[in-house]
Amino acid sequence: MVNIKLSDDKIIRIKDICKSFNNEGGELINVLHKTQSTFGYLPAEVQEIIARELNVSLAHVYGVVTFYSFFTMIPKGEFPISICMGTACYVRGGEKVLDEFKRELKITVGQTSDDGRFSLSCLRCVGACGLAPVVMVGEKVYGRVAPDMVKDIINEYK
Amino acid sequence: MAKFKKHILVCGGSTCHSLQSHIAISNLKAILVEKNLEQEIQIIETACFGFCSSGPVILILPDNTYYKCTSPADARMIVEEHFISGKKAYDLMLAESQIDGLASNPKLLASPKKQIRIALRNCGNIDPENINDYILNGGYLALGKVLKERDPQQTIDIIKKSGLRGRGGGGFPTGLKWEITSKSQADQKYVVCNADEGDPGAFMDRSILEGDPHSVIEAMAICGYSIGASKGLVYIRAEYPLAITRLKIAIAQAREYGLLGDNILDKGFDFDIELRYGAGAFVCGEETALIHSMEGMRGEPTFKPPFPSVSGYLGKPTNVNNVETFASIPVIINKGAEWFASIGTEKSKGTKVFALAGKINNVGLIEVPMGITLREIIFEIGGGIQNGKKFKAVQTGGPSGGCLTEAHLDTPIDYDNLIAAGSMMGSGGMIVMDEDDCMVSVAKFYLDFTVEESCGKCTPCRIGNKRLYEILETITQGKGTMQDIDKLKNLSYVIKDASLCGLGQTSPNPVLSTLENFWEEYIEHVTVKKCRSSQCKAMMQYIIDAEQCVGCTACARNCPVNAITGERKLAHLINQDICIKCGACVEKCKFNAINVK
Ligand SMILES: Cc1cc2nc3c(=O)[nH]c(=O)nc-3n(C[C@H](O)[C@H](O)[C@H](O)COP(=O)(O)O)c2cc1C
Ligand code: FES
Repeated sequence: MVNIKLSDDKIIRIKDICKSFNNEGGELINVLHKTQSTFGYLPAEVQEIIARELNVSLAHVYGVVTFYSFFTMIPKGEFPISICMGTACYVRGGEKVLDEFKRELKITVGQTSDDGRFSLSCLRCVGACGLAPVVMVGEKVYGRVAPDMVKDIINEYK
Repeated sequence: MAKFKKHILVCGGSTCHSLQSHIAISNLKAILVEKNLEQEIQIIETACFGFCSSGPVILILPDNTYYKCTSPADARMIVEEHFISGKKAYDLMLAESQIDGLASNPKLLASPKKQIRIALRNCGNIDPENINDYILNGGYLALGKVLKERDPQQTIDIIKKSGLRGRGGGGFPTGLKWEITSKSQADQKYVVCNADEGDPGAFMDRSILEGDPHSVIEAMAICGYSIGASKGLVYIRAEYPLAITRLKIAIAQAREYGLLGDNILDKGFDFDIELRYGAGAFVCGEETALIHSMEGMRGEPTFKPPFPSVSGYLGKPTNVNNVETFASIPVIINKGAEWFASIGTEKSKGTKVFALAGKINNVGLIEVPMGITLREIIFEIGGGIQNGKKFKAVQTGGPSGGCLTEAHLDTPIDYDNLIAAGSMMGSGGMIVMDEDDCMVSVAKFYLDFTVEESCGKCTPCRIGNKRLYEILETITQGKGTMQDIDKLKNLSYVIKDASLCGLGQTSPNPVLSTLENFWEEYIEHVTVKKCRSSQCKAMMQYIIDAEQCVGCTACARNCPVNAITGERKLAHLINQDICIKCGACVEKCKFNAINVK
């Protein structure tokens, strides 16, 4: 796990988010969504503050964070790469595209490259099945990706 | 829409959006301004037309012409050819074969031979961010009618008589569900719209919410009135940002028009809607898990009964329905239960939206009457299999469903027939596979999904599915035995019988249906160690044909693991112990000298 020291103004920002949901335990998932979109990820230190503010146990917060795949406890790369592994993309060769990304970046799913620039993850259907196989880099969607396009995609961000 | 002579409808559905449809809009706008046409021609951003593989798509009305508009040059050509010289920009028009059959073709509305649009009636025809457009197309009429002319029980009776069944997968009669919730006594009740759409490869609900959010809002209000609830919640996937934005806009507009809030249409009925976000867990589509997730907890299912209609969100009676189920409600109220019940089969009424994807020519959304055959969907509407390959299977029902074959192509599709054939309706994902797909690998793909998505609460699902996956892994690696196949079958039945929720009770279906329909493929994998679709890498060998090889060294230079050796101008050789079967050599060989066996 990544150990970080939170700065005072970050702590205030997290408390503000909790307050905007009335510090209510039932709003935990909304609080986590908001916090993750502000900070990029949810390290243990952040979870501790949220647990205290919402007056729920840290185990409960941790349980929820680890249950949902949308939440992450490790920082993503500067350019997060997500490969769609939905059924439509799978039957049109998504796995081969994933293999190529792994080979090019020398990381596996869930990891971030050493220079912190790229991270690799899988998604289940982004709803653009007509363009299968689909790859997302940040918010940008690449459709009909073939393994031999992978190098060019990565180079766009180098 | 009146004061403009022509309209350009631009698809703003997720697929076209990701193909930069918003840039197409600014391109078109710029050229209209340049040509002084901006007072005559209006640009409207709508939602999915259904031609998702050819975007960004635009439709010109009233001429009914579809174009693909990718670049500024395309936009210029369309404006100059279509509007100024009055011809058509033929190069950019979508092919007839693509347009025929697909959901939004206005011609089809006149002659609804194969498709009938009920849930999708407005998708692609109206501006989803403008409530007036919805109202002009008959929106909120049903809510008004119900509030003025019907009491709650009469409304429920209409839905019951229509024969509408839940479109989220289970197929439970909607009217009956409303009636049970209405009879549960409580100080507060809830209407929940299930927009979690977890089936990977399905995008029906997303398209409805992006294209016609008001239809869902209107129906939720009607439901609230019928069951006696004043609060509605939409549980929507965080992965659908566009749908969330449009839904938020629509809710705000409905409040402004007094169609949500206190004392709606002066009839003393209060109703309002809030959004709740999913966070990427498939099991949260299951209604009890969904409710726990809305309460801010881990989305783990609980045993039923009690059903949500008796004790749901915060312990109060809660009516959960799917997006598409809701979208059909206003039409049923407006056109009558008899009209709706006249469409479809004896036990499954009305239409179903399917997301057609996979190895098919026309990928997109379709809405067809119940009782249509798979053959009509795949070969007539879908335009057949890509690249002239042979049809092998079609998967319906997602991870809970099964693979159907050639033999099922002429079965009329409804809830009961699909279950009898070993699959299920599911939420409407339909993935077409061709001869290149290995069915053992497909079963493994679904089990991989289930293993990842199982919440872990009950043992048969948590451990059983993992074991199923491992056995399938052994078989695809060429190490399987006949006993493994027996084990697969027995374990599948145990998991189905002993699991707590619908996830585990259906997760072995992809295994059982492929065992049933593609038995020979399993046998080939374990006895002769052969994968007829050349998908299982462990059983493949890449071999260089010494007669064809000219010794150009292209393969050796491109091999990522240096498994290929040989002198220049002499035949090369692949070391099978090193080869990782990536196929890079085959792609680089210009002489077709490398064979896969
Ligand atoms: C594992 C699992 C996943 C489900 N996913 C969904 C879903 O994504 N969307 C949905 O509407 N219903 C889903 N359902 C069905 C719901 O539990 C529920 O039956 C449905 O929302 C009821 O609405 P309906 O009667 O209108 O179909 C799922 C069920 C199970 C067991
Ligand atoms: S399966 Fe990949 S976008 Fe739908």
